[in-house]
Amino acid sequence: MRKSTIYDRDLDISTDDNWLLHRLEFDVILILALISLGALGLVIFHSASGASDVLLHKQMLRLGLAFALMFAVAQVPPAVYQRSSPILYLIGLILLASVLLFGDIGKGAQRWLVIAGFRFQPSEIMKIAMPMMIAWYLAHRPLPPRFKQIMVAVLLLSIPTVLIAKQPDLGTAILVTASGATILFMAGMSWYLILGVVAIGAGCAPILWHFMREYQRNRVLTFLNPESDPLGSGYHIIQSKIAIGSGGINGKGWLKGTQTQLDFLPESSTDFIFSVFAEEFGLIGTIALLTLYLIIIARGLIIASQAQDSYSRLLAAGITLTFFVYVFVNIGMVTGVLPVVGVPLPLISYGGTSMITIMFGFGILMSIHRHRKFLPS
Amino acid sequence: MAPPIVHIRNTPQEKRLFFSRVVIAFILVTLFMIGLVIRLVYLQVDGHQHYATLSKQNRIKIAPLPPTRGLIYDRKGRVLAENLPTYSLEIIPEQVSDMQQTLVHLKQLLHVSNEEIARFEKLRKRQKSFASIPLKLALSEQEIARFAVNRTFFQGVDIQARLIRSYPYKELTAHVVGYMGQINEAELKNLDMNRYGGTHHIGKTGIEKSYEEILHGRAGYEEIETNAQRRSIRTVGTVAPLPGNNITLSLDIDLQKIAYDALGERNGAVVAIQPDTGEVLTMISKPGFDPNKFVYGLTTKEYAALQASRARPLFNRTIRGLYPPGSTIKPFLGLAGLHYNVVKPSQTTYCPGFYQLPKLKHKYRCWKRKGHGTTNLLKAITQSCDVYFYNLAQNLGIDRIYSFLSDFGFGKQSGLDVPGEKAGLVPSRKWKRDARQQPWYPGETLITGIGQGFLQISPLQLARATAILANGGEVIKPILVNEQTSLTQTSQTEKDTLEKLQLRPANYQTIVDDMINVVHGPRGTARKIGKKISYLMAGKTGTAQVFTVKQEEKYDDKILAKELHDHALFIAFAPAHAPRIAIAVVVENGGHGGSAAAPIAQQVMDHFLASDNQQINTSGKPALEPET
Repeated sequence: MRKSTIYDRDLDISTDDNWLLHRLEFDVILILALISLGALGLVIFHSASGASDVLLHKQMLRLGLAFALMFAVAQVPPAVYQRSSPILYLIGLILLASVLLFGDIGKGAQRWLVIAGFRFQPSEIMKIAMPMMIAWYLAHRPLPPRFKQIMVAVLLLSIPTVLIAKQPDLGTAILVTASGATILFMAGMSWYLILGVVAIGAGCAPILWHFMREYQRNRVLTFLNPESDPLGSGYHIIQSKIAIGSGGINGKGWLKGTQTQLDFLPESSTDFIFSVFAEEFGLIGTIALLTLYLIIIARGLIIASQAQDSYSRLLAAGITLTFFVYVFVNIGMVTGVLPVVGVPLPLISYGGTSMITIMFGFGILMSIHRHRKFLPS
Repeated sequence: MAPPIVHIRNTPQEKRLFFSRVVIAFILVTLFMIGLVIRLVYLQVDGHQHYATLSKQNRIKIAPLPPTRGLIYDRKGRVLAENLPTYSLEIIPEQVSDMQQTLVHLKQLLHVSNEEIARFEKLRKRQKSFASIPLKLALSEQEIARFAVNRTFFQGVDIQARLIRSYPYKELTAHVVGYMGQINEAELKNLDMNRYGGTHHIGKTGIEKSYEEILHGRAGYEEIETNAQRRSIRTVGTVAPLPGNNITLSLDIDLQKIAYDALGERNGAVVAIQPDTGEVLTMISKPGFDPNKFVYGLTTKEYAALQASRARPLFNRTIRGLYPPGSTIKPFLGLAGLHYNVVKPSQTTYCPGFYQLPKLKHKYRCWKRKGHGTTNLLKAITQSCDVYFYNLAQNLGIDRIYSFLSDFGFGKQSGLDVPGEKAGLVPSRKWKRDARQQPWYPGETLITGIGQGFLQISPLQLARATAILANGGEVIKPILVNEQTSLTQTSQTEKDTLEKLQLRPANYQTIVDDMINVVHGPRGTARKIGKKISYLMAGKTGTAQVFTVKQEEKYDDKILAKELHDHALFIAFAPAHAPRIAIAVVVENGGHGGSAAAPIAQQVMDHFLASDNQQINTSGKPALEPET
């Protein structure tokens, strides 16, 4: 193990073919898995968007940009990220607050901010800033974290979460919480405390219910019984289940999913894109996709465990597990085991911001991987 | 005192702790992933059948394709019932956001009546909301244009071309061909929607009803793929409808017209049959009505007017009208007398103008007050002497009369292939006991002998009995449909003789000669027509009492209301020695058979025999080219 920290066995970089990778020292497995996922995403997206070339080109451009960003981010050593963590967190907080004050309204929620003609969601910044901040805070202290530190971390976690939930954007709030909470878990937070927090969380559910918007409550209610409102809020879930179920084992074939192609499936290119995939590629396809995600997660965790300092370790694990939460919440909601909260399927759903955020995360992961051996053990 | 706890970084321990958390995290991730897989298996394997069905139902809309109804031709290939394209204004309810508003606007634009709206609402209740439901039928060119201009304002409303049944000969075929009308709720319950999908009309009477199965065919359907808004995307599959079979009737529309016109202003019925086959050549019930109105749907007012009319135009007199046959029954009774050896042709009866039963005072009058004097069978039939037949009936007895008349098809349904035939009545002792709880009185036998009393026959029965007589006792079943033509084949209706009555040729010949004398003899009751014809006709006139004249009272048509005037009847077949047509004519309240009914029969026969001869002479096969 010690040896492997000095000498990279995971990467056979001795051949000349891989000189570029050698120089850049990227993790081949992760890169290949991400490229496969991106390519698969484009294939599904082509079908989900109704074979629209314009949208496909846009999505390709975004994917390309996201990959470029990942490579760029990977060039920066983790120490830089560590130093800038509190600043980024602070910027994120300010932007979130300004969204509530001067934000743009889209689909009945204030999520967008326009700065210099560039329209973006500050909550996305938090998806990165949050794990960085928690990792930064905990890495300064011996681990496992003590109760006081956990309380501070929870406070750091709560402020942006509440701001995001107020927009309201339940999906992002969950993801942001998850990104911080997973780091607490990885830092070695004691099991008693974990249980305690879970218990308090369950106790707070009614209070949370009280603060929820009407449509959020409806989503939860229809999640519990989608058939109660087949043409309203339950429609999404019912049509999604029909799409997935009718796909069967082998699927209906690419571009042949009737639920998708005939517009029965709502939001087929965004949140419900997994249903498109399941309808057209069947159980074989979905298991393959899940396997691909699992490979990426496993790779992320390996990178985390090989990292040399606390900050890198915690951040790498946090990014990886947040990625998993994305996958799980999205697939869980489209298959009807979780409420519809508006979480995209990473790297596959249409939309630039989440893709950029995710690839930024993977960029950091690559940076950690790349810079591990230069750090003292 | 415990020393203050100093937290010192223990890197290897932190790494170990972290590593254990990584393992736990990975296990948890894997477990959650397995959970998702289980859920997917549940949906995609266990639930696949269920969701696949739901998905199919989601996207496939079945649109019925109604079949084209078979046409109805007359024996010479002229179309009696056809399908004409008409344009109707139709609404797909689910595409209309505000139905009330739409109907109000359409009412203004196209003068849609309240009755049309009421009918539409009725139809709408029992149809699926995505089905196109007609609101206004038979749009004029102007209405089509007016709607076309405003079409954009009417979401879900459109003009549809539909085939609608049309009867070009109108009242000439109203009763026999019948008509189609909109399917009512009772009919809808019994309909197989696989066959009737998309069909709004069904045969209600006549041939249209009895041959409904054959004429209708079978609906096909289109499987139309739709999107979530139920808009049609494309047709996935089509099962073509099976068109109904065409039907060729034995009816000759020329004869129909001649009979109809010959009846003039009078009500009545004319039935002509081809004796050897039973093919019905003419079937007219007057007054008629325009069957086309029923196709579009009569208004309540129009229907009430038809129903209330004293002339009863909807009533098919040929099969449902029951009349006393009057003297037209006499040839049959004469034959019965000969058959049972009750009389001989030469045997005479004295007619003093009335007949009395032994020991009874009641006088049964002959129509000729002065009497016919000494009368044999020939004279009795030629001059229609009642007294002779009172005597004959008395000697035959009701049992033999009942048996013999029943053999000729009186008092029972003929089995004609249109529905609604009335059986009529040949009275018997048993009938009287059962129906009236009374014994049979001898006087009733007498009046049965002149075709009065309880005896009730339909014009069709009379024509059929005449045909059987013309056949020399071969009992035939009257039929209207000669052949059915499907896409691939033509099938002729089998015409078989039901039975052959055991009649002695000599007896039969005697009656035929007597009947020839009715038309051609110098004192025959139908001698007026005998002078006009070039062929030999055997006939018998009849005058049936509607109103019973009291004893010692004189029947005077001048003081009696028109409805109580006698019915005029006439039966005949020709050519007498090789009959090709047998006919029965009933003219309601027409007076005397010889003057009112016989000329009608003569005109029909003239035309039939002339055209029939021509066909036989020229080509040897009937001309089946439809007239254009």
